[in-house]
Amino acid sequence: MAEADVTNRKPQDEVQALFEPQGVREEQTPRTDAEGHGERRPAAAPASPESAPPQAEAALAPIEEPVVSPHPYATKLREQRLAKEASGHARRDTLLYLDGVNKSFDGFKAINKLSLVVARGEMRAIIGPNGAGKTTMMDIITGKTRPDSGEVFFNGDVDLTHHDEAAIASMGIGRKFQKPTVFESHTVEDNIRLSLAGPRSVLEALFHRKDQAERDRIDAILETTRLTEKRKLLAASLSHGQKQWLEIGMLLAQDPELLLVDEPVAGMTDAETEETARLLREIARTRSVVVVEHDMSFVRELGVKVTCLHEGSVLAEGPLDQVSADPKVIEVYLGR
Amino acid sequence: MLLARFLGPRVWILIAALLLAAVLVPMANLYLSPSHPLHVPSYMVPLLGKYVCYALLALALDLVWGYVGILSLGHGAFFALGGYAMGMYLMRQIGARGVYGNPELPDFMVFLNWKELPWYWYGFDQFWFAAIMVMLVPGLLGFVFGYFAFRSRVTGVYLSIITQAMTYALLLAFFRNDMGFGGNNGLTDFKDILGFPIQADSTRAGLFAASCIALAIAVLIVGWITRSKLGKLMVAVRDAESRTRFIGWRPEYVKLFAFTVSAVMAGIAGALYVPQVGIINPGEFAPVNSIEIVVWAAVGGRGTLLGPVIGALLVNYGKTYFTAVAPEFWLFFLGGLFVFVTLLLPRGIIGTIDYGWETWRSRRRASREEKGESDDGEGQPLASPAE
Ligand SMILES: Nc1ncnc2c1ncn2[C@@H]1O[C@H](COP(=O)(O)OP(=O)(O)O)[C@@H](O)[C@H]1O
Ligand SMILES: [Mg+2]
Repeated sequence: MAEADVTNRKPQDEVQALFEPQGVREEQTPRTDAEGHGERRPAAAPASPESAPPQAEAALAPIEEPVVSPHPYATKLREQRLAKEASGHARRDTLLYLDGVNKSFDGFKAINKLSLVVARGEMRAIIGPNGAGKTTMMDIITGKTRPDSGEVFFNGDVDLTHHDEAAIASMGIGRKFQKPTVFESHTVEDNIRLSLAGPRSVLEALFHRKDQAERDRIDAILETTRLTEKRKLLAASLSHGQKQWLEIGMLLAQDPELLLVDEPVAGMTDAETEETARLLREIARTRSVVVVEHDMSFVRELGVKVTCLHEGSVLAEGPLDQVSADPKVIEVYLGR
Repeated sequence: MLLARFLGPRVWILIAALLLAAVLVPMANLYLSPSHPLHVPSYMVPLLGKYVCYALLALALDLVWGYVGILSLGHGAFFALGGYAMGMYLMRQIGARGVYGNPELPDFMVFLNWKELPWYWYGFDQFWFAAIMVMLVPGLLGFVFGYFAFRSRVTGVYLSIITQAMTYALLLAFFRNDMGFGGNNGLTDFKDILGFPIQADSTRAGLFAASCIALAIAVLIVGWITRSKLGKLMVAVRDAESRTRFIGWRPEYVKLFAFTVSAVMAGIAGALYVPQVGIINPGEFAPVNSIEIVVWAAVGGRGTLLGPVIGALLVNYGKTYFTAVAPEFWLFFLGGLFVFVTLLLPRGIIGTIDYGWETWRSRRRASREEKGESDDGEGQPLASPAE
């Protein structure tokens, strides 16, 4: 993986060399710096195989020749571009990449140098005591809250801090809220219909005609979320657990690449919790999922890598057994 | 059959009633002798016409308030602007028949010693131009206002306050003589419309019929919008705006669409109103007028097609009655009515009836399902917020 990165880049650079003036070509030194900087890996993600280890970039470091700058401004631009590219390489295979994210509310640091990497196809559970910043982290990813500083990238190189909620949703990030939010005065079916991926223009919605393909997709989602029987009922009349499923169904209807699910089993019965775990595992077969949850038995049931947040940053990361055995984690949970 | 299902039978009854009224009221006025028990006296035709215009205005407000949740306290402004556009046409129809006999300038301009027509009065001697302006001016104001307000995510009570401020600002502006809209007195002394004498019974009958038809068309249009996927989206924005963002919609555009369409409808209502009452003055911009519109919609039941129409007719009939019997109490009555409806009848008349009906039906359905019978409700979701 790391080697591939290096060899991939070599020919590229040679091609560049053909087109660029010699002086600029020599601008390798700042690049090393830049990459070193870019390689400030998220401390919390050492185990993820997709993040290139620092040595990969170090291999490029030795090229040190006297710098003859053609023009300070051009040099600077190139530096910036290379730095951007370099961090891009580190991110390339990640689906979600947070690095050094900070956010404070009136001086209170809700998110503190948070770094987190989620790979394509991965399901990740996020745990942490109340107020750890889990929901705020989702707000940042989905564009509801702008971070004060730090990098938030989707799919390697889409900078999420530059987009709003609707744009981010359309890119393929779906979100379930902590408090179930469905459209209460619509039927279950219409809730799904409004969420189906597709054009989002006002005029299209005005002239929209229902067709068989749409019906089939709705049927499939209702089937997955076990709401077929309830399709004609108002969402308001659903039980709490059913509303949670409906919201998950609405997420699925969006056909997202990444699902962010905030406390899906809060207030559910044991049977419902089990069913939800099954549902999420099924979804995770085809999509990446980040689940925030308190319920340890539920997290155990998911059987995935766990990240523990505390005071806005990552406290521990790894398999659940390892994380829950971590003295720091125990202290955070028991010391309260 | 398909149509009946599309809007529900009640809405078709309303539309039929409007079309029937458009025919029967003029006939009962023009062709029945005054001694006939069903004769409609001449004073009543424009009065009923006025109610119908108010109903159209209430329906316009309902589109934004009932369906999208934007409580506009400035819809009187759109109504008045449409009224002024029509008034300008009517002023120019007077021609040389004014007190000062100036063929070009309306009387108030001659009185102010103006020598030529301001540029913004050009074109208003043509009906088609005025008709376009009746829709364009309120529509444009609604669009620009909405664009900035919704884009900056102003919602709730703040939005209501700035809509009040908007109509108040226009009130002050139109009071000024140098604005060129007749200042305090507004526009009046109209002579004819499209060549028909404006005071004649037959013209008034025609205006009444036109108002009824306009309202019927508006009911159809609002019905079509609110039954579309966009209409569902509007209700979704009303109930959970941020949820719509997170599934990729842009609620600000949904609101902007509804607000602009609504402003145009309000403008048309104003344009039909002015020739029937014979005057338009800055008083129409008064903030309290806009609040009255809200009361009509609330009494009838917002978020329904029928509610605002019924509400506007009932409350305005009450107003006519009260202001004749005990004029000093009307505002107290209006305030009391609003408090009463808000506290005891939050769904309004139609909304309460619908709610009772739906509750009864879902109970019946539940008990039938218990008995193991299949339910026959397809195509008739419990959802649609009442026809
Ligand atoms: N919009 C906000 N304004 C002020 N404080 C906030 C805001 N959002 C979150 N916080 C604070 O940030 C901290 C983290 O909250 P949150 O992300 O909801 O925690 P969690 O979801 O992990 O329980 C809390 O102390 C909360 O009070
Ligand atoms: Mg939370």
